[in-house]
Amino acid sequence: MNAEVQPVVERLHARYAHALDEGRLEDWPDFFTENGRYRITTAENEDRGLPLPVLYAEGRSMLRDRVQSLRHANIYEPQRYRHLTSCTLVERIDDQRVKSVANFMVIRIMESGDTTLFASGRYVDRIVLSQEAQYEERVVICDSRRFDTLLAIPL
Amino acid sequence: MLQRTWPAEGLTRVPYWVYQDADIYQREQERIFRGPTWSYLCLEAELPEPKSFVTTFIGEMPVVVARDAAGAVHAFENRCAHRGALIAMQARGKTDRFACIYHNWTYDHAGNLLNVAFRKGIAGKGGMPADAKPESQSPKQLRVESIHGIVFGTLGDKTPSLRDYIGPEILPRIARVMRKPLKLLGSYTQVLPNNWKLYMDNVKDTYHASLLHLFFTRFRINRLTQGGGVFVSKDGAHHCTFTEMVEDESDAYEKGGMRSAGSDKFRLESPELLEQADEFGDRVSIQILSLFPGFVLHQIRNSLAARQVLPKGIERTELNWTLFGFADDDEAMTRRRLMQANLVGPAGYISMEDGAATGFVQRGVAGSPERASVIEMGGSSVGSGDSRITETAVRGLWRAWRSHMSI
Repeated sequence: MNAEVQPVVERLHARYAHALDEGRLEDWPDFFTENGRYRITTAENEDRGLPLPVLYAEGRSMLRDRVQSLRHANIYEPQRYRHLTSCTLVERIDDQRVKSVANFMVIRIMESGDTTLFASGRYVDRIVLSQEAQYEERVVICDSRRFDTLLAIPL
Repeated sequence: MLQRTWPAEGLTRVPYWVYQDADIYQREQERIFRGPTWSYLCLEAELPEPKSFVTTFIGEMPVVVARDAAGAVHAFENRCAHRGALIAMQARGKTDRFACIYHNWTYDHAGNLLNVAFRKGIAGKGGMPADAKPESQSPKQLRVESIHGIVFGTLGDKTPSLRDYIGPEILPRIARVMRKPLKLLGSYTQVLPNNWKLYMDNVKDTYHASLLHLFFTRFRINRLTQGGGVFVSKDGAHHCTFTEMVEDESDAYEKGGMRSAGSDKFRLESPELLEQADEFGDRVSIQILSLFPGFVLHQIRNSLAARQVLPKGIERTELNWTLFGFADDDEAMTRRRLMQANLVGPAGYISMEDGAATGFVQRGVAGSPERASVIEMGGSSVGSGDSRITETAVRGLWRAWRSHMSI
């Protein structure tokens, strides 16, 4: 039963990664349900039971605010990401929903060509299987507590 | 050694070699971080019980901060007397005593050497001579003082008391925020590609906030047309700036064509992110406070945090953010603080840009060590005032720095 949803979830993760890597930030909120939650945190804060997010958005409107701010307000150097998402495990919650955990690495490429491993960690997701699968919750748990310079584009 | 001389103009010019020279960096470690200054170590809330400890740094020197069985807080160099290995390798924990993993020499919570493994040998063979003095290389013990739950340490013999060091201009502004027992919300580190002083410059620069940070200006969180002011300690070392929560309907930024005025097209769909509860009852929306050499306390709406600025090489700085609330916060207040965490840190709508701007200076000045910054907003003086269109606190930083460095 888990096996049949595996490709659906992997396809969602892949579409999400390609959207961000191609700079299609405007598409990003639509990977979430209307009230979907997105939170970036660190493994250290999670292990200590501390709630501090690096970034937190509740609902598509806040996700759109983040995109608007990145487009029209915030100053950061031109940069691109390359996501590598793997080791996806899927478990059904009920008919409509699944839980998923997957590993990620995000490589950051600056205009100068400087290429670094910017972040690694786990995506811990709750996904709704509607016509097109969407994240009801995506928690990005970074392995490291350190972030180089700034985190503008979402992970 | 040091061949550099300061520009004749004085504090209105800051030469770029201060961010570039290796011998300046080494002298700062000795004269400032290991000298007569107080460095932030941690919050008392991070040492919740007897025998808890955290590891941190004072400048580049690794340090253990520990609470002993009776509850007193101590700090000592994280370097074993024997071969110099780290005594504690974890970020935090709780322990009855510290044991160096290399040869199992042990220490108490104040950093006193308790035991040298096999000091007398076994069955009359091996061991140290009776007159050996391994204690002569013991880790340095810091003088530790706390103020309103914030723990500081110093290695200098002549450092004044912490209260005298901070002074009467800035002390009440710490008390304003740190009024109740804390609740830790979490921490992370932003790694900045620049010299540590460029970050401290940035924190003390009340002129930049509404020009660099469009988010501040567009949403009228912090404009120079709003009420506010800056306090600078007598020696220039410490500062505090604040902005009042007033409705601002002026259009100075729009008329001036400032980038940060933004466009009417950019509106927040969910402005609840910015809703502030006036928790201190004084209608201050932002207070940024810095203590020399590397501590920042911020209140940005209901986001509260301690920031520790650690030099990690000439062109690398680690900024450790510890966000907190109060133990008696209700659910709504905790939620507000966590929502407003979006304003600060590496992904902060506001703070992300400081990492970019300071790195741009480090890169911009690479070929011009003998050129200098022009720091003349508000004239050439150092002092408190009610305008934030000034660089008085930045000049204060350089007054203090030059005095410690004898430059």
